[in-house]
Amino acid sequence: MNKKWLSIPYALWSLIFSIIPIIIITIYSFCKRSPYGKIIYEFTLDNYKQFLEPIYLNVLWRSILLAAISTTACLVIGYPMAMIISKTSIKKRNVLIMLFVVPLWTNFLLRTYAWMVLLRDQGAINQFLIYLGIIKEPLQLLYNPGAVVMGMVYNFLPFMVLPIYSVLSKMDNSLVEAAQDLGATSGEVFRKVIFPLSMPGVVSGLIMVFMPAVSTFVISDLLGGGQTVLLGNLIQNQFLVARNWQFGSAISMIMMVLILIAIRISSKYQDEEGGGLW
Amino acid sequence: MQDYIIELRGITKSFGDKEVLGHIDLSIKPKEFITLLGPSGCGKTTTLRIIGGFEQSTKGDLYFEGERINEVPPFKRQINTVFQRYALFPHINVFENIAFGLKIKKMEEFLIEEKVKEMLKLVNLVGFEKRKINSLSGGQQQRIAIARALVNEPRVLLLDEPLGALDLKLRKEMQIELKKIQQRVGITFIYVTHDQEEALTMSDRVIVMSEGEIQQIGNPEDIYNEPVNRFVADFIGEGNIVDGIMVKDFEVKIEEQLFTCVDKGFEENELIEVLVRPEDIDIVKEEEGMLKGNVRSVVFKGVHYEMEIKDDNGFVWMVHSTDMAKKGERVGLFIEPDAIHIMKKVG
Ligand SMILES: Nc1ncnc2c1ncn2[C@@H]1O[C@H](COP(=O)(O)OP(=O)(O)OP(=O)(O)O)[C@@H](O)[C@H]1O
Ligand SMILES: [Mg+2]
Repeated sequence: MNKKWLSIPYALWSLIFSIIPIIIITIYSFCKRSPYGKIIYEFTLDNYKQFLEPIYLNVLWRSILLAAISTTACLVIGYPMAMIISKTSIKKRNVLIMLFVVPLWTNFLLRTYAWMVLLRDQGAINQFLIYLGIIKEPLQLLYNPGAVVMGMVYNFLPFMVLPIYSVLSKMDNSLVEAAQDLGATSGEVFRKVIFPLSMPGVVSGLIMVFMPAVSTFVISDLLGGGQTVLLGNLIQNQFLVARNWQFGSAISMIMMVLILIAIRISSKYQDEEGGGLW
Repeated sequence: MQDYIIELRGITKSFGDKEVLGHIDLSIKPKEFITLLGPSGCGKTTTLRIIGGFEQSTKGDLYFEGERINEVPPFKRQINTVFQRYALFPHINVFENIAFGLKIKKMEEFLIEEKVKEMLKLVNLVGFEKRKINSLSGGQQQRIAIARALVNEPRVLLLDEPLGALDLKLRKEMQIELKKIQQRVGITFIYVTHDQEEALTMSDRVIVMSEGEIQQIGNPEDIYNEPVNRFVADFIGEGNIVDGIMVKDFEVKIEEQLFTCVDKGFEENELIEVLVRPEDIDIVKEEEGMLKGNVRSVVFKGVHYEMEIKDDNGFVWMVHSTDMAKKGERVGLFIEPDAIHIMKKVG
């Protein structure tokens, strides 16, 4: 009885801040729009049909592509990092984890602005390269998809590293020794034992990076300079600029379905023993 | 052909500045079933890990058929291990677990299949190929772990308390089964346990260890009947250990009484310790006894009675006998010369 009672605040919280908004958005996405942008409560699929226009499908495609690229980059960079952390001694390990977590305490916007300062034409990187004489003209480092991907990788890397680290650090070292004992070289130990056993962490990491990456609008706004429009920007525009809440809601729904599908697919690869964050 | 398949010469091991193994010398013959026996923390696992290549010795040399293999990594040694908690791979099924080593060696599929089948037959688990590891009982996992190691046809198999997690009955069954398997495949088993009964029933030779030192190496009878010191006597079976004086060859003074014994070669009047097993003491009438005393307690143990008898000098003897004395009764104790084991005094 007591336990049940304790879950009430949580249930209330998720009701007010997640479930009700989702219901509202779902309703809006099926509503008609008056010429002045007012919501008319009549059922229609127009908002979804509108999304099928090539410019919007392009945005969808670009969002998925950039998110996929960033997620892959996070995996490629994050996995070795997680391995290194899990192998160091306890003392150094805490320092390394702190190095990952402390940046998360600073404001997300601030961190992204900091990158703008670095990547600008007069930014530190360009200045340095010119100083070395490697380039004469500043490189266009900002306001392109590359900068957006970089911003995503930088911001979301900890979400990849931490779940993988958590699985790796819990892994029974005698399994590794057993594989060596049976003749496996370190490469084979990794391919046949360590990597498959770390799948739950990898899957968690993929989801945790892909979700914010596919829905971000701040990073693409600041580092992409409005050149790289993503789903997040589109939604933001529809709600705040175009005042087309119905279409914005429809795009939100589509994105939510996209994320649910991603979770669905990846959870198939998740071990029943778990060990990840889900 | 080398006389010894594995030799440890002057092996020491320290973790930081803590010495865990102090000078281990050990020679193991081919096809031998040899057991490392000792209390928890005495360095059994560490010794095994050095032989398996998972730990480097601080000093000393390790030989495999006369060749020094200190620096050879585990995956290149013709040695396989059954780990203390099996360490089976949870993400693949029984077949894949057993086939793991063979696949690494890139053996042909049909051969692998044949060999895995053979192994499953050997460990009595035919038809378990597709099972997941976590669906198996402890005893079954244990046998899969043995099969996974044996299928590689190692020259030496290391087993670290492989029966530790099993209940008593299963343990006894597996002891017999393991011994059978060892005799059938004819390879060297280096076995670790802290269960003295297990060590004595299974082994050709037993190595008794304590605090990183070998106390005694010998066949089970010798270890039981002729322990070299108090530690071994105490650790192997129950025993009465009492101070004594070796008056001269074949004569020892215990509790102010002279006894005839079968030992010699000590200095005159050397202080020694005497071991008498509880089942080697006979209870007789008071006037016929070599020692006399009062029965302090009597406990029925199923087959025999366990009695504590305090002799007139104050030493309390533990006696196992099928004859019962009554509590408080005065009795005599009779000990045959060959039941008296003289040990060097340590410390
Ligand atoms: N990696 C290590 N670092 C530091 N100390 C260790 C390490 N491995 C073992 N030791 C220490 O070495 C000693 C011997 O350990 P070992 O595991 O060999 O004992 P054991 O005889 O196998 O004991 P048990 O019967 O409990 O398994 C113990 O005191 C242990 O704490
Ligand atoms: Mg051990």
